Amino acid sequence: MSASTDRKPPRIGEQPAFRRALIATVLVVTAFFIVAPLIVIGMEAFSQGWAVYAAAISDADTRHAIMLTVVTALIAVPVNTAFGVAAAWAITKFDFWGRRLLLVVIEIPFSISPIVAGVAYLFVYGLQGLFGPLLQAHDIKILFALPGIVLASMFVTAPFVARELIPLMQAQGRDLEEAATSLGASGWRTFFSVTLPNIRWALLYGVVLCNARVMGEFGAVSVVSGNIRGQTNTMPLHIELLYHDYQTAGAFAVASILAVLAVVTLVAKVLLERQGAGRGGRHPALATPQPAMTAPKLATEKST
Amino acid sequence: MKRRVLPGLHLTLGLTLLYVSIIVVLPLGALVYKAASLGFVDYWRIVSSGRSVASYRVTVLCALGATAFNLIFGVALAWVLVRYRFPGRRFVDALVDLPFALPTAVAGIALTALFAPNGWFGAYLAGIGVQVAYTPLGIMVAMAFTSLPFIVRTVQPVLEDLDPALEEAAQSLGGSDSIIFRKVVLPLLTPALLAGVSLAFARSLGEFGAIIFIAGNQPFQTEITALLTFIRLEEYDYQAAAAVASVLLITAFVMLAVTNLLQARALRYTQRA
Repeated sequence: MSASTDRKPPRIGEQPAFRRALIATVLVVTAFFIVAPLIVIGMEAFSQGWAVYAAAISDADTRHAIMLTVVTALIAVPVNTAFGVAAAWAITKFDFWGRRLLLVVIEIPFSISPIVAGVAYLFVYGLQGLFGPLLQAHDIKILFALPGIVLASMFVTAPFVARELIPLMQAQGRDLEEAATSLGASGWRTFFSVTLPNIRWALLYGVVLCNARVMGEFGAVSVVSGNIRGQTNTMPLHIELLYHDYQTAGAFAVASILAVLAVVTLVAKVLLERQGAGRGGRHPALATPQPAMTAPKLATEKST
Repeated sequence: MKRRVLPGLHLTLGLTLLYVSIIVVLPLGALVYKAASLGFVDYWRIVSSGRSVASYRVTVLCALGATAFNLIFGVALAWVLVRYRFPGRRFVDALVDLPFALPTAVAGIALTALFAPNGWFGAYLAGIGVQVAYTPLGIMVAMAFTSLPFIVRTVQPVLEDLDPALEEAAQSLGGSDSIIFRKVVLPLLTPALLAGVSLAFARSLGEFGAIIFIAGNQPFQTEITALLTFIRLEEYDYQAAAAVASVLLITAFVMLAVTNLLQARALRYTQRA
C-alpha cells in the first residue's frame, strides 16, 4: 500500500472534487445504513434508564435465554469445528472420487433459507416426519428441545470452519505432512505439530464466525424450538417475544448483548485478518469451492 | 517414486460423510420426500395459489430492488475503500461485515426502530410522504442491509488487483475518466460483480429474521415466501409448508448453480488477467 505512493501512475477518479464527493456520499450512507442501526440499539435499550435495562437483563426468562444460547454454542461450535477440520483434512490431503460434490454439499447450508432448514428438520424429527413416531414411542425429545436447537444451529453453520480451512490447506499442499509421516510421526502427531500451527489463525477465524452465527441464528431455530418461554427460547427468539409483547426496551436490552457480541466478533475478525486469516472469507468470489477444483496439481507444483 | 499416502483418510472422510449425511442431506431429503409425496395436483395447487404467487412476487421484486441498491452502493463503497486514503477507512472497512456479524433479529428490530413512522428516519420520511416500515420498501431495506457485504467483498479484491497500467494506457489514449470506467474498469469488474450480485440476491430471497419485524407481513402485500412457509407451519398445514419450502429450496439450488458458474468464470477471468 505504502509502496505505491512513491510513484503514482495516473488513475481515474483522482480529481479532488470527485474524490471528496464520493467519499462523503459513501460515509453518509454508511452512517445511516450501518452505524445508525447499531446506535439505535443502544439508545432504545437505555431509553427507560439503567434500572429498566438491568431489570430486563436480570429477568429470569432472559437469563435462561442467555444460558440456552451459550449452551447451544458450547455444543454446536466444537462439534462443527471438529467436522470442519476433518472435512478439510479429507478434502485437501487426499484425492478421491466425488470430492467436488462433497465440497458443494458442505456449502449448501450457506445458500438455503434458514426457514427451509427449520422445516426440513421438522420433517425428520417432528411428528409428521420420518423418525417422529419412532422418537415419540421411545419418549425421546429432539424438536422443541435443546437437541433440535443444536441440530438446526449445526446445519446453518456447517460450512463455516471448513470453508476457511480448505482454501488455506489446499494452498499449503501436502509436502510438510508427508515429510513428517515419512520421518515416522503418527497421523495425530503430524496434525498437531505440523498442520495445526499453520492453520491455527484460519481455524480460530472460522470458529469466531461460526460462534457468532450460532448465537444469533433466528429463522431455523425459531421453527424447531417451539418458542417455549423460559425453556426453549434462545436470545434471538427471546428478543422477538419481548418485542411482540411491546416490551421494546427489554427487547433492545437483550439485543444490545448480541450487538456487543457482533462488535467483539468484528474486532476479533480484524485482528485475525492481520495474522493472515480469512483470505478465503474476504475473497468469496475466488475462494469458495474453486481452489479445490484447480488443485491439487497446482498446490504441489507451487510448493516444489 | 511412489507417493507416500498420509494417514487418516478413513477417519476424516468417514466423519465428514457422517456429519454431512445427518446434518445436511437427511433433513433436505426428508423435505423433498415430503413435498414429493403430495402428488403433482396438490403440489401445484399449493405452490400456484394466489397467496403463494403473491409472496414470490413480493420476495423477488424486493430482492431485485435491494440488490440494485447494493450494486451501486456496494461498488461505490468498495471503490472508496480500495482507491482512496482517508481517516477512518479501516474502521469503515471493518464495519462492512457488521451485517454478517449482527444477528438478523437484532438487525430487524434496529431497522424497524429507525424506519418506523415515529423512528429517527421514519419521522422525517413521513414528513415527505414516504413510508418505509411495514411496506415493501421496508423489506428492501432489510434485504439490502443483510446482503451488502456480499457485493463489497467480492468486488474489493478484484479492484485491489486491477493493473494500474490499463488505466494509464487508456488515459494516454485520451479517454475521459467516465469512459475509462465504463470501457476498461467495469468490464474487468463484471465477473466478480455478477458473482457478488447473485450471492446477494440469493441471500435476499431466503432472508427471514431481519425482514419479519419491518415488513408488516400483510398477505398479498408484504408477505415474503419464507414467512408464508412459517405461517403454514403455525397453522399445522404441514403439506403446504413442505410445498412452499420446496419452492425456496429449488430456488436456492438454482441460485447456487448460477453462483458457482459465475464464480468459476470470475476465477478464470482473474487468472487470465
